[in-house]
Amino acid sequence: MKEKELKQMTIPAQRLMARCAGEEKRVGTRTVFVGNHPVSETEAYPAQRFCDNRIVSSKYTLWNFLPKNLFEQFRRIANFYFLIIFLVQVTVDTPTSPVTSGLPLFFVITVTAIKQGYEDWLRHRADNEVNKSTVYIIENAKRVRKESEKIKVGDVVEVQADETFPCDLILLSSGTSDGTCYVTTASLDGESNCKTHYAVHDTIALCTAESIDTLRATIECEQPQPDLYKFVGRINIYSNSLEAVARSLGPENLLLKGATLKNTKKIYGVAVYTGMETKMALNYQGKSQKRSAVEKSINAFLIVYLFILLTKAAVCTTLKYVWQSNPYNDEPWYNQKTQKERETLKVLKMFTDFLSFMVLFNFIIPVSMYVTVEMQKFLGSFFISWDKDFYDEEINEGALVNTSDLNEELGQVDYVFTDKTGTLTENSMEFIECSIDGCKYNGVTEEVDGLSQTDGPLTHFDKADREELFLRALCLCHTVEMKTNDTVDGATESAEFTYVSSSPDEIALVKGAKKFGFTFLGTRNGHMRVENQRKEIEEYELLHTLHFDSVRRRMSVIVKTQIGEIYLFCKGADSAVFPRVPVDEIEPTKRHVEHSAMDGYRTLCVAFKKITPDDYEKINRQLVEVKLALQDREEKMEKVFDDIETNMNLIGATAVEDKLQDQAAETIDALHAAGLKVWVLTGDKMETAKSTCYACRLFQTGTELLELTTKSIEECERKEDRLHELLIEYRKKLLREFPKSTIRSHKKAWTDQEYGLIIDGSTLSLILNSSQDSSSNNYKSIFLQICMKCTAVLCCRMAPLQKAQIVRMVKNLKGSPITLSIGDGANDVSMILESHVGIGIKGKEGRQAARNSDYSVPKFKHLKKLLLAHGHLYYVRIAHLVQYFFYKNLCFILPQFLYQFFCGFSQQPLYDAAYLTMYNICFTSLPILAYSLLEQHINIDTLTSEPRLYMNISGNAMLQLGPFLYWTFLAAFEGTVFFFGTYFLFQTSSLEDNGKVYGNWTFGTIVFTVLVFTVTLKLALDTRFWTWINHFVIWGSLAFYVFFSFFWGGIIWPFLKQQRMYFVFAQMLSSVSTWLAIVFLIFISLFPEILLIVLKNVRRRSARRNLSCRRASDSLSARPSVRPLLLRTFSDESNML
Amino acid sequence: MAMNYNAKDEVDGGPPGAPGGAAKNRRPDNTAFKQQRLPAWQPILTAGTVLPTFFIIGLIFIPIGIGIFVTSNNIREIEIDYTGTEPSSPCNKCLSPDVTPCICTINFTLEQSFEGNVFMYYGLSNFYQNHRRYVKSRDDSQLNGDPSALLNPSKECEPYRRNEDKPIAPCGAIANSMFNDTLELFLISNDSAPYAIPLKKKGIAWWTDKNVKFRNPPGGENLEERFKGTTKPVNWLKPVYLLDSEKDNNGFINEDFIVWMRTAALPTFRKLYRLIERTEDLHPTLPAGRYYLNITYNYPVHSFDGRKRMILSTISWMGGKNPFLGIAYITIGSISFLLGVVLLVINHKYRNSGNTADITI
Repeated sequence: MKEKELKQMTIPAQRLMARCAGEEKRVGTRTVFVGNHPVSETEAYPAQRFCDNRIVSSKYTLWNFLPKNLFEQFRRIANFYFLIIFLVQVTVDTPTSPVTSGLPLFFVITVTAIKQGYEDWLRHRADNEVNKSTVYIIENAKRVRKESEKIKVGDVVEVQADETFPCDLILLSSGTSDGTCYVTTASLDGESNCKTHYAVHDTIALCTAESIDTLRATIECEQPQPDLYKFVGRINIYSNSLEAVARSLGPENLLLKGATLKNTKKIYGVAVYTGMETKMALNYQGKSQKRSAVEKSINAFLIVYLFILLTKAAVCTTLKYVWQSNPYNDEPWYNQKTQKERETLKVLKMFTDFLSFMVLFNFIIPVSMYVTVEMQKFLGSFFISWDKDFYDEEINEGALVNTSDLNEELGQVDYVFTDKTGTLTENSMEFIECSIDGCKYNGVTEEVDGLSQTDGPLTHFDKADREELFLRALCLCHTVEMKTNDTVDGATESAEFTYVSSSPDEIALVKGAKKFGFTFLGTRNGHMRVENQRKEIEEYELLHTLHFDSVRRRMSVIVKTQIGEIYLFCKGADSAVFPRVPVDEIEPTKRHVEHSAMDGYRTLCVAFKKITPDDYEKINRQLVEVKLALQDREEKMEKVFDDIETNMNLIGATAVEDKLQDQAAETIDALHAAGLKVWVLTGDKMETAKSTCYACRLFQTGTELLELTTKSIEECERKEDRLHELLIEYRKKLLREFPKSTIRSHKKAWTDQEYGLIIDGSTLSLILNSSQDSSSNNYKSIFLQICMKCTAVLCCRMAPLQKAQIVRMVKNLKGSPITLSIGDGANDVSMILESHVGIGIKGKEGRQAARNSDYSVPKFKHLKKLLLAHGHLYYVRIAHLVQYFFYKNLCFILPQFLYQFFCGFSQQPLYDAAYLTMYNICFTSLPILAYSLLEQHINIDTLTSEPRLYMNISGNAMLQLGPFLYWTFLAAFEGTVFFFGTYFLFQTSSLEDNGKVYGNWTFGTIVFTVLVFTVTLKLALDTRFWTWINHFVIWGSLAFYVFFSFFWGGIIWPFLKQQRMYFVFAQMLSSVSTWLAIVFLIFISLFPEILLIVLKNVRRRSARRNLSCRRASDSLSARPSVRPLLLRTFSDESNML
Repeated sequence: MAMNYNAKDEVDGGPPGAPGGAAKNRRPDNTAFKQQRLPAWQPILTAGTVLPTFFIIGLIFIPIGIGIFVTSNNIREIEIDYTGTEPSSPCNKCLSPDVTPCICTINFTLEQSFEGNVFMYYGLSNFYQNHRRYVKSRDDSQLNGDPSALLNPSKECEPYRRNEDKPIAPCGAIANSMFNDTLELFLISNDSAPYAIPLKKKGIAWWTDKNVKFRNPPGGENLEERFKGTTKPVNWLKPVYLLDSEKDNNGFINEDFIVWMRTAALPTFRKLYRLIERTEDLHPTLPAGRYYLNITYNYPVHSFDGRKRMILSTISWMGGKNPFLGIAYITIGSISFLLGVVLLVINHKYRNSGNTADITI
């Protein structure tokens, strides 16, 4: 019989799991022995092994660091390439020594390994902190102190108030008689309210270590799966008799790792999932190394250059053998081969020749670019953490950079995914004002002992009564719970209580009432206690709570006063309340409500009615009856509620400010202006989220909303059909609006009707996983089409993994847009990890997000400067750096390639070995590094104030084919000029006035001198921001080159085999012709660049003038737009749970 | 790297979960560097600054170009090919290896007189002195007089390292293939016997090469003794210590040898052979007239399709005859000047229709 039950249970579980597309399928169940006590000797379960409770987020251990890290590093194309080159140099007789490429490679690998090792060490430290934290386990009826990582599945764990659960536990008992405990899952899904979890009836009584130890039970449950809200299991309790009692377990029995115990002294629970199998851990996705788009471009360029390199080597090899086919070229009498060379197989010779050419030209892909890029990223990221604009007084912290690999990606973002709670909003509500009986009261400035009227008629006889009634209604009509803080200091206890509720609005209202003298003191034995203005305590018996639902948009309570009168208090959205009160009462309140809503507040209307005892009897009967109904309970309840909440009298309205974060709206405005698409992904309710979106101007007044929510879909019988209809309909609508959207420019589409999309989690999963056939794909593509057309998208009721799913979906769109996620809670971690750039807010909900993010900032508003200024600059800097590196190395190698045509394809290097090695490391590296750290082609202030500039670099604009070809051609042109300029110069018999002749090393040195000066001056031409560092580094590099050349040629170096460069440089400079030629060649190389700059500059000047004109006019017209101007009321969106 | 260190503190000062942030003030320093507000020169090229530059460059480059061009044109240069591949050539007989020593004579006429110092070059074509195998085939330590390298030359010299178990001095392919034709110049005058033009063989190599880089091995007075234990390069007719009779031009410091050892950049090259110093009297160094060149033909170039030439050239402050630089300077100067004009026109036009220009920043 037991078997059967189990099967029944597991089947739905499996089905559930099968639905979760993309998640690992975990089939089967696990059996847990509570307390690891065997149940009986007769029933032998096969022993199951579970992982321990160790959390591992680090990548390496001490032992595998070296091989694993090396492997990872050599997986990079470039590193692998340099390794190959190095090995070739070691094995084959090549024109340059292995040191020239081995040393830089070693340097790069070491630097990277140290950096990654350090980062992993930090992760180890964080892991240890979690793994070594102390927990208490009940073993043999004793409380044993252990480290968290030692918990095994089946252990009974004791958790005390305000501790987080060390693993996923099944609640056995709590201190309370009803076996409940309160839990907040803020760090898991971002919901900060308390949730009630229950113990199974049979174990409630086991409140001590001794008694819990006597429990003999097994738990059968599904294998771990990441969905936080699903759990299916069963507990078999073996009491004295051997017959087991089976109870089913659901998510309400499961305490998740990462959640915190609240308002409960202690609980006992049995561990079912541990370590990496906990739902929290499963919700973390594997740490994949994020690569920036720039890095991908680099790799693409690398392949192009690799191709160029291979072509060059192949061409040279072929030509060499063509040339050598003439016997007097192959081995003239003056240049005979060694015996060994003659005996080598021709095929082998060709192969080594090919490799030699590769080695000779390998500098075209400079190893030092990677060093420089790494350095640039590493050093450059400090500017983010140093920025005092990111400093927040409140938390006394600035921005934090967790990875420096993605700096430039900040300038490339197309989609911003933001969490709502704690990111867009402060996550704190405040009571702002109220309207009582048509009079408006401003709550903020009031003293405790009274309200002052700010407008409306001055005298009202029953005014005081109405005020008190209103405040009582606020105090009573809610689902707020009291939470007393157990402070050590007993004296202050009375003051130390906080309100707890799923809805921050309600807390704000109750607090608001408190401000006016009516203090809610909590519920005792079903009586709500309120302290009124006269410090008297009033008690009301709570008879019924008519809970909030999003269709009715209101809630009510029915209370009985001490003198036996029965009242119904109702509060709800204006649209839900106004039709149920007399028409003549509405008008003044409505005016206030609309006014408040325009100011961006969430408004609620409050109404009441007095119920006669007879009526109450009837109502009570109805309610009890309906609550027990088995079929269509919800509908029936709704109907009864509807009937009850009629003929009420309006008392007033409230306005609550859902405090947005400072400058959230401006930030979103700026992001929109910068051409970014902002999506809000929240676990929150749709209504709340929507109002926030209005407040932060994600949706604007004119935005037409398309809704794809459970509400809009459930009206129909067959959800999928309805969904399909809606999708098609919306698409039609959008496509009609944007018939030629692909052709139209960004700016044009802007002025058109804007669309916003709202979708919730269940609908999304319907779209994504509706069925396995082709229609799901179809849905998805239609959905994506809709999404792309909307300027703003709001996704509510998202599970953490769903957020990641959305991000992944957008990431894989055509053109693979760059995504950025920003969030503050642990529920955002998966999307932060999934997106290209993850930004954590150092919020109130712990540090999970900040820890897993790539960058963390204190506030949402910092995103603006981070993207618009830092991101833009980093992108421009690194893009220029990359292009410049490829450019300067093509310039460098091209003459060497051309020289092969004049030296019999013999792999003779044009430059001396020292120049070959030093070119990238010393002569030309520092100017570009300084440039890539300091350049501000546009001022930071201009960048932040002109978000439009961000669009200039969108889509990786500076690393597209066009710019790349421009740089490549420039380099090819310059390389050709260098070589042939010198070539023609050398046609003369002598360059000196004493008739002496120069050799091949002078030839190379002239080319090299022109090269170094040209590439450095080219950078100087590109530099728009000359700090003293730039001056120092640019002129210093050139001076260093000259100094080095003199020095290198000035001494007979004892360790060198050949003194090729002896006095070559000095001798070269003694010739006037050489000077003239060098100046001339530098000039002609830079000439196209100068010309281009001049032409661009003329255009830019005109643009700037236009821009400043526009800015002037903008500042005149667009000033009032800072304050949200909302013409529609919020009351439609405000709600309660 | 000091800034590097500081930075580390900043970034890693707050590792995840680390307490104790309260005590330390994490407010970033408000320094110009850290806030990226260093004072900076932000050059903006405007038509006002660029146009004059173009004109100035034009005005500087064109005169320089003209100067170089004129100078180059004033240089006298004559080139005489004496390879002897053509049957009519007097040196044709020397192509067969049997005739040794082979002496041939080539007549030529100078139409104009050569004034000032005249330089005599020999030129080789299709001779790959810049071939990698060739370039590296030398031992600079040996040439610098290192006694150990003298007797044990570098491996790079293979296959010209040892001959009959004796180390070759100087070793390597470069030395082995040293140019060994002898060129003599005679002025034919109608009334007397041909006048041998005095050819100076010192002062043709770089001073640093002659005095520092190349040194004879140490030892006794007698050069032959110092080279004891070595053998001459295979292709040489005489050992290194018999290259010249003068002591300071013999052995490794023989200037012909040093000149040859500086490998040429291109397969067609010239090397300085002799100096013809101008005479004190008012006569030109080489007056116009008929001359003949007496060649002791030793150097075979026929096998690799090479050519041999003798060049006589005067030299200016900028070296030998080279029209390239002058023309290049004139061209660029003119282009620059022209562009200046064009830009001036464009700029003028643009100013008139300024605001309609489209926006691309």
